[in-house]
Amino acid sequence: MALNDTDLLSQAGSAENIMTFDDIEPILEARDLSVSYGTKMAISNVAIQIPKNSVVSLIGPSGCGKSTLLRCFNRMNDLISSATVRGSVNFAGQDIYAPAVDPTEIRFRIGMVFQRPNPFPKSIYENVAFGPKINGMTDDLDAVVENSLRRAAVWDEVKDRLGDSGLSVSGGQQQRICIARALAVNPEVVLMDEPASALDPISTQAIEQLIQELSSEVTIVIVTHNMQQATRISDYAAVMMAGEERVGRLIEYGTNDQVFGNPKDARTEAYVTGRIG
Amino acid sequence: MKERRNIISKGRQEFDRDLGRLEAELILMSGLVEKAIFNALTALKNRDLARSRRVIDEDDSVDEAEVEIEKSCIELIRRQAPMAGDLRRIIASLQVASELERIGDYAEGIAKISITMGNQPPLKELIDIPRMGDMAVNMLKRALEAFISRDASSVRALNVSLEKDDDAVDDLYAKVQADLMALVKSNPDNAERATYLMWVAHNVERVADRAMNIVERARYQATGEVGN
Ligand SMILES: Nc1ncnc2c1ncn2[C@@H]1O[C@H](COP(=O)(O)OP(=O)(O)OP(=O)(O)O)[C@@H](O)[C@H]1O
Ligand SMILES: [Mg+2]
Repeated sequence: MALNDTDLLSQAGSAENIMTFDDIEPILEARDLSVSYGTKMAISNVAIQIPKNSVVSLIGPSGCGKSTLLRCFNRMNDLISSATVRGSVNFAGQDIYAPAVDPTEIRFRIGMVFQRPNPFPKSIYENVAFGPKINGMTDDLDAVVENSLRRAAVWDEVKDRLGDSGLSVSGGQQQRICIARALAVNPEVVLMDEPASALDPISTQAIEQLIQELSSEVTIVIVTHNMQQATRISDYAAVMMAGEERVGRLIEYGTNDQVFGNPKDARTEAYVTGRIG
Repeated sequence: MKERRNIISKGRQEFDRDLGRLEAELILMSGLVEKAIFNALTALKNRDLARSRRVIDEDDSVDEAEVEIEKSCIELIRRQAPMAGDLRRIIASLQVASELERIGDYAEGIAKISITMGNQPPLKELIDIPRMGDMAVNMLKRALEAFISRDASSVRALNVSLEKDDDAVDDLYAKVQADLMALVKSNPDNAERATYLMWVAHNVERVADRAMNIVERARYQATGEVGN
């Protein structure tokens, strides 16, 4: 394995290492996607299809651009003033970067959950009711809140304290409340950036189970550094890697069986077996 | 960044050392098994009952080796939650150890038959069965070579040549059976000893089959392919 060969490390993944879906209409499809922060390119030429109602994990060494790519999927990078996004992301048939598209609406349809739970400093109820209220879904708000908290597998733990601050519960509960908040507007896709990395094993298990349950109706793209977690919860895994010039690229994308069982790219093998990264 | 990539973590280095140790244990175990088959057949040919008894006693160390390898594999899976090539290597090692253990049992089986036959006069001079044995042991050696290579093209090449040998062993086995059958037909008094030798030949034929199984495991290890 020519791991120290800088040319090799800089190469994009070869076409045969990147899964495409001829038979399935992808719910998200990035083409030629590049992101720069100021003058520095962070990811380059990413092309990836996310099939509907699947769980796709995004893995790779720190700094390879996973969060950057994830943020492209719901225009979160718009909120970073130095970020420039080139290329296209098709979502349900339209390019979300087209001028006529309202990024706020996109962010409701493609929700996001972050590494650190970030409930608003408001009641648990208000946290979950926030999105529906903005969207004018004020009928049956109680039912929406309950249903979302149930789907996020945290209802039983918080149902008697819905008026308490979202910050007054445990980290694992906060994270599930944030997931409930994302689910309350019935998103088609949920993006998760290391959602369980700050949680204990029990809360992690709850989140993992939740992801698997959600995947029958919602598409999930999840960044994780935990290979075991990725193999447990996802259908497909995408591997990113930054070469010598520190520009992240997609090097391999396939089934879990491929990526964690018998990777095609030597860099993937080295990464998943802990030899690099 | 460049430096970081070149430094393989201490944990990873230890893991590699443990994998190396596992491989060494397997090579050692395979050596024990090869010796057992050779000794069992030589003892039979030379009617050396003491040697047959030694084969039976020594099978304990083959069993122990398997247990040790199994423990090492379980420990590595628990500690490392291995992925990709590491996972395949550990799984294949477990499987190969169990194949080797069974081959050890065939050696023990041959030794037991030799002891049962005891001092009965030889039915005929043994030529084909020891030849089968040499071929089977040689197959076992090359199967292990394929396993140690962890290389898809080496495994493929060895698999092709081993399949030929396996056919040759099968042919020889058929000949041994026919010869023994003829001896029984010519004189029913030969039946008991012929049956014993039939069992011996069967055991040797199984050794060759197990060697083929080891190549199969080697193929899984190198390519991730399971089954045919
Ligand atoms: N807001 C930002 N401003 C400038 N550079 C950034 C910004 N966010 C990320 N970067 C840079 O872009 C590259 C990719 O970062 P990103 O956060 O996407 O990586 P990552 O794969 O998510 O890493 P980690 O696993 O550590 O979270 C890095 O070099 C990083 O320093
Ligand atoms: Mg990140």
